[in-house]
Order: sequence, then structure tokens, then C-alpha cells
Amino acid sequence: MKRIALLGMPNTGKSTLFNRMTGGAARVGNWPGITVELLSGKILLGDGMVEIIDLPGIYDLHGFSDDEQVVRHFLHDNVPDLALVIVNTTQIERQMSLLLQLKQLDLNIVVILNMADEAKKFGITVDADKMSALLEMPIFLLSAKYGSGYPEALQAITKALRYPTPGMAEHLRSQLEQDEHIETEMARVLKHTVQVPARLSDNLTERLDSVILHPWLGLPIFFAVMYLLFQGIFIFGQPLQTGIAAAFTWLRETALVPLLGSLPQAMQGLLLDGIYNGVATVAAFVPIIVLFFLFMAMVEDSGYLSRAAFLMDALMARLGLDGRGFVMLLMGFGCNVPALMGTRVMRSRAMRLLTMLVIPLSLCSARLQVFIFFTAALFSPKAAPVVLFSLYMFSFATAIITALIFKNRFRNTEPFVLELPPYRFPTLRQMVLRGWVEVRHFLRRATKFIVAGVVMVWLLTHLPPSAAPASADTFAGVIGGALHPFFAPLGINEQLTIALIFGFIAKEIVIGALAVIYSLSGDALSGAIGHQLDWVQAYSFMLFTLLYTPCLATVATLQSESKQLKFTALSLGWSLGLAWLVSFAFYQGARALGY
Amino acid sequence: MSATTLATLHPGDIATIVSIHAEEALHLRLLALGFRTGKQIEMIRKASFSGPLQVRVGTTDVMLRRSEAAKIKVSKT
Repeated sequence: MKRIALLGMPNTGKSTLFNRMTGGAARVGNWPGITVELLSGKILLGDGMVEIIDLPGIYDLHGFSDDEQVVRHFLHDNVPDLALVIVNTTQIERQMSLLLQLKQLDLNIVVILNMADEAKKFGITVDADKMSALLEMPIFLLSAKYGSGYPEALQAITKALRYPTPGMAEHLRSQLEQDEHIETEMARVLKHTVQVPARLSDNLTERLDSVILHPWLGLPIFFAVMYLLFQGIFIFGQPLQTGIAAAFTWLRETALVPLLGSLPQAMQGLLLDGIYNGVATVAAFVPIIVLFFLFMAMVEDSGYLSRAAFLMDALMARLGLDGRGFVMLLMGFGCNVPALMGTRVMRSRAMRLLTMLVIPLSLCSARLQVFIFFTAALFSPKAAPVVLFSLYMFSFATAIITALIFKNRFRNTEPFVLELPPYRFPTLRQMVLRGWVEVRHFLRRATKFIVAGVVMVWLLTHLPPSAAPASADTFAGVIGGALHPFFAPLGINEQLTIALIFGFIAKEIVIGALAVIYSLSGDALSGAIGHQLDWVQAYSFMLFTLLYTPCLATVATLQSESKQLKFTALSLGWSLGLAWLVSFAFYQGARALGY
Repeated sequence: MSATTLATLHPGDIATIVSIHAEEALHLRLLALGFRTGKQIEMIRKASFSGPLQVRVGTTDVMLRRSEAAKIKVSKT
């Protein structure tokens, strides 16, 4: 099968083009370095199937960061039949250097001048035909986001694939160091083909930046927007969640109970109280998660992440991290796993490890579900968003403390240089795609972990058969009792302890497990928990949930990215210890104050 | 015309890059971002608490720390 590789600098729209070509759902965002892995998709092009590979962005062919090495190794081991070089047209005067570097490798190249829509807006004009003649490569202006110019480019790609690739030069490095030649060549081509206005006419970005990056208002605006988000989750998302939970309960009573009535008692219990209640309780949160990710997609696509890095770098520098570390914490709000992989853009291993140590403390969307459930059950609608906001503040605070404690062990002198892209807004299509990706991701986790988790919980709370369900004589009761001395000082009871144990696999299981343990779902479940716990116990439980080991997938990623068992163990041990200490201090402190 | 480093410029100042004295890795990254001898550079803003700088080279906005900016010699125009 012929192979096409997408190459270009970071944040030029490679993944957007990849999605357009393959109908795939690669994660896109206005942040240099959002793609750190190889992604591939197969499409029918001309008269054969072609594999398209989306590569992480590279600034030059001899970069030093992990993601740049991924690209170099890939090119070295798998010479593509065609390199599709993506250039951000608005920055063509500097990005052409990479194009010329690649040209020297004697690859079969088609050039895409992407973001033609933005270039037009900025008043940049490019004579693509003339540039094509000067560089002796097919060059096309297009907009991967909106699709203009795409059919012509696809035709050229199909044609170019028919020619055999000239083969790659042996001595990459010596070839690559002819920078001087590149510079004169760049000047020659640009002079004849590109016109850039003296001043870019992007008033919107400048005006927005003057507010968002304001020396005094910048940070308050950041926190205010965050607070509004949680308000929004409770106003729009929570009624949706209770509605769906109620619908699941209705479905159970009207259809499933009569349908399964002929099965043996234990089988009914496992199917209805175990799997159905558990999974339905978790599934009711899907709309909130989709809403949350639509918002995250907007933030990631807008270019705000780079601004957040700018605002927070002064603080992060004192913690031995940099602005990108803060952005990874924000990305971790969605899911810790891609945030951990996003640290590949860092060159210094020490800084990368330190960042990876704080990311698991970032309050991810799975933990968000647990917190929404508990805050809605225990607090008034007015107080709930404040409580949720306070948990995010705890998440930041523990990240800061962790970095402060460990910064001397992971000392580094990584320079911090980052692009500030102009603000962009995602198309509806991109946002829907992102929402769909999250639903699919949830369904995959659901089938893998959540079903297995709730079945286990059901078995533990119902075995041995001689014991009364959920009593102290069941396996769950025995385990809960054994761990009681450990959790009692935190105000966490036996039922919650069992849920926490399964939360180690994935945090979504926590609420599913509670539904199984209490044999209740929907409103009845939150009612029972709200009745049994007071707010101090609930908050202590939430703090523990926030801080202890995120989930198996995160642990696996910590290991695969650090390749150091000692580091993974440190991360696990630290988060568990920190969770215990913080919950203990909170619970005992609040009780001592008379709450 | 006066020689100084990028770190000392004030917001709104425009200067020309004279030379870059950075280690290889940083030098390459700066080159790729468009920092080349003889190019014009504009200081856009400086973050508070000795935070990073935002500068504009050509059509690209870049943020970098003051310590990195001190490695870039410029001459004010």
C-alpha cells in the first residue's frame, strides 16, 4: 500500500487536513503540539488504497524534543511515497525553511499552503503557480478547516502518487546543515511570490489580547470564566443528567423488570441491580461530559491555551515548570492521559517528569462526574457550583505544592519559547466531531471497565450466598471492615471505601459502584447518600477521590511515557499519601471546628 | 541606533536582531520561529511578576522568557 505522510510545523492544521481526508477524528486544537502521536487512516485514492499518516509537528528536522524524534525516526524507517507538506500561509516567510529542508531530502512532495482563509483575511497574497515553478514542486492553497481548494489538491496528490519516490538521502544531518543555502533560497522564492502587508490587520486578536493578557485583569478573568463554566454545568447539565437517570429508572420498571421476571432471583439481581443500575447511573452523565468537552474543544481551538501559558509562566517558573505545564493541567481537566502524552513537546526530561507528576492531580472529567453527583446530593443548588469550583482550586493547589516539594529532584533549565497563534474559532463540524469522539471514548471505557467493575462490586456485595446482601458478612463488608481503621479518620464509611477501591480502575465506576452497593439508582440513590452523609464527610470523600491514583489508564500512561517503574511508583505513592493527608486534615479540622 | 538585548525593550519598541547567543537547541528553535539576524522584532507586551515577553517577528507572535530574550542582541531603530 502506498503511504502519504503529513509533515509541517506545529499548529499548521495537519490534523485538520487529516480528518478531512480520512473522515477521521484526530484531536485538533489551536495549540502547537496537540498531536504527539502517529495517527494513520486508509482511504481510496485513484485506483488503490492509500495509507495517510498524521505526524506531530516539527520546527526543523533536527529538533531535540521527543515528538520531533518520533517524526525523524518515522521518516528514517518508513520512507513515504509522498510527503504532504503543510505550511501555515500566514507564516510562510518563516515556515518555508522546513519546506526547503524537506526538499533536500529528495522526497516526493506536494505542498499545501493551508489556512488560505486566514491569509486572505490578513491581506497576504501568494502566487502559488509562480512559487510552484520556482520550487519545482506542486503547490496548492487551501483551507483544511472550510475545505476550499481541497478537490484540486486531492487530484494533484493522486497524480503525484503515481511517480516513484526518488528515495531518501543517506546522510540526513550533513544535508540538513546547509542553512545558508536555505536562507538565500527562501529569500529568492518569497520575494517573487508572496506579499505580506507591513502590518497584519488582525485587530480582533490584538483587542482580545489586550484584555485577556492584561497585566492585572488577565488572571481574574481566567478564574471568572472557569467559575462561569461550573455554573453552566449545573444550570444546563445537571437537569439533563437527572432527567436521563429518571428515564433509565422508568425503562427498568416498565420494560426490564417484567421482561426478566422469569429468571432466577440472583440472576435478576445481577442484571438489574448490578449491571443495569451501575451502567445506567454512569451513562446518565454522558450529556454533561459531552457539554464539557464541547467547551474544552472551544477553548483548545480558540488559541486561549497559549495565553494561559503566558499568564501563568511567572508562577510556573518558580515551581520548576513552565507555562506549558499549566496548559497540560488544563488539558488534564478533560482526561489526564492525553495531557501526559502532551508533555512530549518538552525537551528536558526532568521538567517532563515533574510535569507528569502534577498532571494526575488535575481534576479530570471522570472525577467531575463523581463530584457533580455528590455536590448535587449534599449541597443546595446555590452552593453546588462554589463547592465544585473549590475542588478545582484544591486541584491547582495540590499541583503547586507537589511541584514545590519535588522541584529540586527534577531540576532543569529548559528554555521557554512558544508561539502565540491568533484566535480561531472551531467550526460546528469540528465541535460535533469532538463530542462524538468523547461519547465513543466513554462507550469504550464503559464496555471495558465499567461493566466489569460493577459486576465485581455486585458479586462482592452478594457473596457468599449465606450473607445478607451488602451486610458486614459479605466479601465487600469484610474488605470494608479491614480497611476501616485506615478510612475512619477521614470520615469515609465502608460503602464508600468499596467504591473507592473500584475507582482505582476508573473513576466513573465510583458512582456505578455506589448504585450497586445501595441497590438504588437516580434520585433515590442521591437521596439515600444525602441522608446518610453530612457535608463534611462528603467533602472529605471528594478530596480523597480528587487526589488518589487517577485510574488504571493514567497509571499505564505514566509508565509507558516515563519508562521508569520507580517514577510510576513515586507518582502512585505520592498521590495516595497526599489524598490521605489532605482528607484527614480537612475532616479532623472541620470536626474540631464543630462542623 | 543603540545596541542592547531584547529583554530591555519596552512594549511598542521596534528593533533589529543583531545576533543570537543561545545554545544549539534553543538557537534552532528560534531560527524556526523566524528569529534571524537582520530581521525586525517588535516588543508587544511584558507579563507582570517578571513573567514572559510577547514579541512579534514577521507575522509570528512568540512568547519567551526574559532570560532567553537576554541572549538576543538587538539594535533599536
